[in-house]
Amino acid sequence: MIEITFVPTFAHWQRAAREALQQELAPEEIAWQELSSHTPSLPIFEESTDASTGASTSTKQFLVPKKFVELAKQIALHSDEQRWALLYRILWRLTHGEPKLLEIFVDANVALAHEMAKSVRHDIHKMRAFVRFREIKNEDGSWFVAWFEPQHHIVEQNAQFFVDRFASMRWSILTPERCAHWNGSELSFTSGLDKSHAPKDDAIEGLWLTYYKNIFNPARVKVHAMQAEMPKKYWKNLPETAVIPALLNEAPARVETMMKSSGDKIAQDNGDVWMRAPVPETASLSKVAAASKSCTACPLYKHATQTVFGEGPKHATVMMIGEQPGDYEDVAGKPFVGPAGKMLDRALEEAEFDRAEVYVTNAVKHFKWEPRGKRRIHQKPSARDIAACRPWLEAELRLVQPKVVVCLGSTAAQTVFGPAFRVTKQRGQLLESPLAKRVVATVHPSSLLRQPDEESREREYKLFVNDLRVALKAAR
Amino acid sequence: MELARKLAILADAAKYDASCASSGTVKRDSRHGKGIGSSTGMGICHSYTPDGRCVSLLKILLTNYCIFDCLYCINRASSNVQRARFTAKEVVQLTLDFYRRNYIEGLFLSSGIIRSPDYTMEQVVAVARTLRLEHEFRGYIHLKTIPEAAPELITEAGRYADRISINIELPSAADVAKLAPQKNFEKTQIAMNEIRNRIEEAKAARSENRKVPLFAPAGQSTQMIVGATAASDATILRQASSLYTKQRLRRVYYSAFSPIPDSSSKLPLVAPPLVREHRLYQADWLMRFYGFNVEEITTSAAPNLDLNIDPKLAWALRNRDIFPVDLNRSPRELLLRVPGLGTRSVERILQVRRWHRLRLDDLPRLHLPLNKVLPFVTTADYNAKALTIDGDEVLAQFRAADAQMELFAEGAASAIHGQF
Repeated sequence: MIEITFVPTFAHWQRAAREALQQELAPEEIAWQELSSHTPSLPIFEESTDASTGASTSTKQFLVPKKFVELAKQIALHSDEQRWALLYRILWRLTHGEPKLLEIFVDANVALAHEMAKSVRHDIHKMRAFVRFREIKNEDGSWFVAWFEPQHHIVEQNAQFFVDRFASMRWSILTPERCAHWNGSELSFTSGLDKSHAPKDDAIEGLWLTYYKNIFNPARVKVHAMQAEMPKKYWKNLPETAVIPALLNEAPARVETMMKSSGDKIAQDNGDVWMRAPVPETASLSKVAAASKSCTACPLYKHATQTVFGEGPKHATVMMIGEQPGDYEDVAGKPFVGPAGKMLDRALEEAEFDRAEVYVTNAVKHFKWEPRGKRRIHQKPSARDIAACRPWLEAELRLVQPKVVVCLGSTAAQTVFGPAFRVTKQRGQLLESPLAKRVVATVHPSSLLRQPDEESREREYKLFVNDLRVALKAAR
Repeated sequence: MELARKLAILADAAKYDASCASSGTVKRDSRHGKGIGSSTGMGICHSYTPDGRCVSLLKILLTNYCIFDCLYCINRASSNVQRARFTAKEVVQLTLDFYRRNYIEGLFLSSGIIRSPDYTMEQVVAVARTLRLEHEFRGYIHLKTIPEAAPELITEAGRYADRISINIELPSAADVAKLAPQKNFEKTQIAMNEIRNRIEEAKAARSENRKVPLFAPAGQSTQMIVGATAASDATILRQASSLYTKQRLRRVYYSAFSPIPDSSSKLPLVAPPLVREHRLYQADWLMRFYGFNVEEITTSAAPNLDLNIDPKLAWALRNRDIFPVDLNRSPRELLLRVPGLGTRSVERILQVRRWHRLRLDDLPRLHLPLNKVLPFVTTADYNAKALTIDGDEVLAQFRAADAQMELFAEGAASAIHGQF
């Protein structure tokens, strides 16, 4: 038995293995003896120079697949001392009549070698994933320091990854065996330290735990899946794992709360409540209208005078939908009776509509307003208000079955087409929506009243009448 | 509102998006000290939560205020959840702070829709722009986009983001009309077509001129919610297959509908079993890597995947006449059809058998699940015909074994949320 003592790096082993091959030493004849831990200055990936043997002409050349060198470099980083003997045995077989050995994954030596290389790659990957820096701040800026415990000798091999990523920071990764340091321009290594040298906390870590807790979905607990990818051996250096027991404890209760609070009702702390309006199941429009009078599905009823339901013949061919009743309508209890309503009447006449064919209503049936001096100023209804009121509008559409729907203004149009709809872009076109087959959107008549001068009012009015004519044509 | 509170609300609101992938983008680094960050093309999962999902990206919403009212969504206008809104600056700072500590690979930013799709998209793009241009951030960015957003905003999003996605949400137009009446199924797919064209144009232009800006080099993905409607697995998989071929998506994520606070009564009361999601991912894999056609995976008699056995085994049991498959002779396409043989195992078998005839004893070294593989193969010294692969006892045995495994093998499902 021949003992070969060498520095346990790939390059040194490679040199020693070459010499052993020259001497035709069989694997069984060699005891590979590692020199005690390698010194900091020794690079692991020093390409072997062959200066000593290359000059000699009697040296035999050994050809091995490139793949073997790659595999051996990985395995050299493994923590098992037996790896050198395994590598030599494979090298021996490759050079003694089994050149394709590496492709025979079912061979015991090859299978073990691949297993070891995989374990090293895995460790390298997990280090990239699980290093957690903590920031130390002092007079000359900050330094990020991490504590990590790798399974294999991977710190030097892996340091470049952190340089590529964090070159603009200054950092150190401390491990029990080797420590890597980057001062902003240079990478260096020192011997191992214990955990007490690493910082104990970090200003941002609390936010990280907040994130971790809240991105977890308590409705799907899969602890095994988590542990398969994040084995417990890594937990002690991952700050977020401290909250796992609490997350698991609370999960069933959190799911129960989710279930309980489900339903269509929304309640705010100030007592405001929204729910889907309770439309009675009936084919009678007048019964539906009567039921709407006592609607409290959204908080608007509290400050409005009354519900303003739609009006018009039950089998109208055209349904006009506005936003909500205004000051006049709220008092009168009828839609479109104020200045905007007068404007609509005038335009309908000009477009040669038969008023007996038109049903008018609003997306929201209560007046939403805020006081300003002695006046009640119109306020745009919220998405919740509209959602709560929507069943009334759906009932009107279902029971009247108009041939064409005209949306007056963006609230009505967005109720029918969705929030992305832009009246300015698509007005005056015959469109289809899930709520109604034929829909034309246009501006609200009140916008005509707000025009700054006579000229623009006249121009807008004409456009409005044109849009109404599109609807009328579609209804015939 | 303090930052931690906002983070809690807006991370909570983002967790129903399954994707957390950070892989498949171009290689970048900051080794010369300019900017920060790198990507190797391989994603990294920096942590895992007890739901088995990986944490690779800071996945948050810019805001959970939303003018849309999609019934399955926790953030819909009519939901009672607490609302919050980040400033662009806060998201940028949070991303950099997390990145510097090696918590994340980058940012996955989505948002509720406020004011208008364009306004919202502009806010989302502003975050990515600041990260890329001001901070020279070279980590991963995934931006969720909105079908209705203006083309120039999508262009800008694609320039900064590695991946962009639009959620298809549900597998059919009818389902979308029912649960998300304000969304439009066709429009979403048209928007995806356009993104596909942009990605391909940018790639082609760049192969001629490296100075042409990138457009979403990690491609586009989408998500479908499973179990919120009655849609069958066949419908879901057909839709997925269409998205992979027509819109060339990198990934379709399936998200088992999960009970959400304040959910609507139009939704089912119970969540579908998580194993259904798992089976869909397995079927998805069969379509993308194993040469299965979508029509082979389900049958018209059984449009839903069998929850007890995986879809490949189910297919094998329906097609017993092509088995046993000879591991030493059969072509790759056939080996890929053998239950228990993954793509890597198949490659290894093909490599080994050039030099060595495979025997029964060799199989454990390939780490094959023998109980699954053996009834379907022959080796130099073994023939599955000796065992009977006919008869329902075999099937029954698999069902029992597989159901057992399901209890313990949840780990298998995690692969689907991992990195590729």
